[in-house]
Amino acid sequence: MTVSLHRFANPARFLKIAALVLPWASGLTVGLLGLGLYLGLVASPPDYQQGESVRIMYVHVPAAWMAMFVYSVIAVASATALIWRHPLADLVAQASSPIGACFTFLCLVTGSLWGKPMWGTWWMWDARMTSVLILFFLYLGHMSLSKAFDDPVRGAKAASVLALVGVVNLPIIKFSVDWWNTLHQPASVMRLDGPTIDGSMLTPLLLMALAFTMYYVALLILRVRAEMLDRKLRTARLAAVDAATVPAPAR
Amino acid sequence: MTRKRRRLYVVVLCMTALFSAAALVLTAFEDNLVFFYSPSDLATKGLAGERRIRIGGLVEEGSVLRDGSTTIRFRVTDLQTALPVVFNGILPDLFREGQGVVAEGRMGPNGVFTATEVLAKHDENYMPPEVAEALKKAGHWQDGMAK
Repeated sequence: MTVSLHRFANPARFLKIAALVLPWASGLTVGLLGLGLYLGLVASPPDYQQGESVRIMYVHVPAAWMAMFVYSVIAVASATALIWRHPLADLVAQASSPIGACFTFLCLVTGSLWGKPMWGTWWMWDARMTSVLILFFLYLGHMSLSKAFDDPVRGAKAASVLALVGVVNLPIIKFSVDWWNTLHQPASVMRLDGPTIDGSMLTPLLLMALAFTMYYVALLILRVRAEMLDRKLRTARLAAVDAATVPAPAR
Repeated sequence: MTRKRRRLYVVVLCMTALFSAAALVLTAFEDNLVFFYSPSDLATKGLAGERRIRIGGLVEEGSVLRDGSTTIRFRVTDLQTALPVVFNGILPDLFREGQGVVAEGRMGPNGVFTATEVLAKHDENYMPPEVAEALKKAGHWQDGMAK
C-alpha cells in the first residue's frame, strides 16, 4: 500500500496528474458554483423560521466544512512529511494553509453576519465559535511558523508538528455542539439519524460544498506548481552563484 | 526497525498522548464549559446570587407579557422547571413562544431572573414554510425542543 502511495509523491508524476486534473477542477468550480448559487439564492425556498436569512447557510456551511477538510489535508500531509520525508507533502501542507485560513475567515464572517439577525449577536464565546476561532489562529500560526526559520527544512518541520498538535481541535469543533450546550444549534447534515434539512435546501448546500472542494483542488494545484517552479529557480540561482564563486581562493 | 518505522511509532505515540491529554482536560472542565444553565440546573445547583449567568431553554407558551413599554416578562422552561424572566430592551427577530432562548443576567432575590441580554436560539431543522405547515397538520410536529 505504501508503494502505491509513494508513486503519487513523485513530483514529475504529480505534475502530469495535476495538468490532467486542473482543467476539470476549474471547470467544475465555475459550473457548480453557478448552479449552487442560483439554486441557493434564487430557487430554494425560505426557511419556516428564519425566512430569507437562511440563504447565508449556502456559503457559511460549505466554508466551515472546507475549513476543517483543508486542515485534515494539512495534518495528513504533515504526518507524511514527518514520517516518510516526502518533498511533496510539505509543499501540499504549506500551499493549503492560506486557502484553509481564507475558508475559516469566510466561515467566521458569514457566521457573524448570520448571527446578528437570527440570534441577536455578532459574536458569543460559545464552544463552537471559540473552537473555530482557534482553528483560524492555528492556520495563521502554521503559515508564519513555516516561514520563521532561515532553513526552510526546519520551518517545514516545525509547522508540521504544529499542524499535528492542532488536529486535537477538529473533533472539538465537530462535537462541541453535542458535548456542551451552545448558542450554535447541533449538526443538521452530518448526523447519525440523517439530515434534518429539507431536500430542496440540502441539494444547493451540497452543490456549493462540491464547488468549494473543486475550487480548493484547483487552487492547490496552482499553488504547489508555482512553489515547485520557485524552488527550481532558487536552486538554479544558487548554482549560478556557486559557479561564480568557485574560482575564488579557498578561505 | 528502520528509521521510517521508528518515526511512524513516535508520531502515533505522540498523537495518542495528545488526544488522551485533551480528553482528560475536557472531561475535567466539563462543568465549567457550559454556555448556559437550564432552569433545572439553577434550581438544583443553587446558582442564585451576585454572579452574572446565562440561562437557556424554551420560551413557555402563553407566558410572554408586554406592559406597553419595552419591558417584557416571560418564563423560560426546560419542560421540567420554569423560571420567570424580566427584560428591558430589544428582542431578536426569532424570539417567539415555544422557541429556544438564551438570557444573560442576574438572579434576583425574589426568584425573578433579570436579563440584560436576550438571544434567540434556533434548532437544527431547516425546511420551507409549506413543509412545516404540512407536518403540523399531519401531527408529526415535534416541539421545537432546543437542546
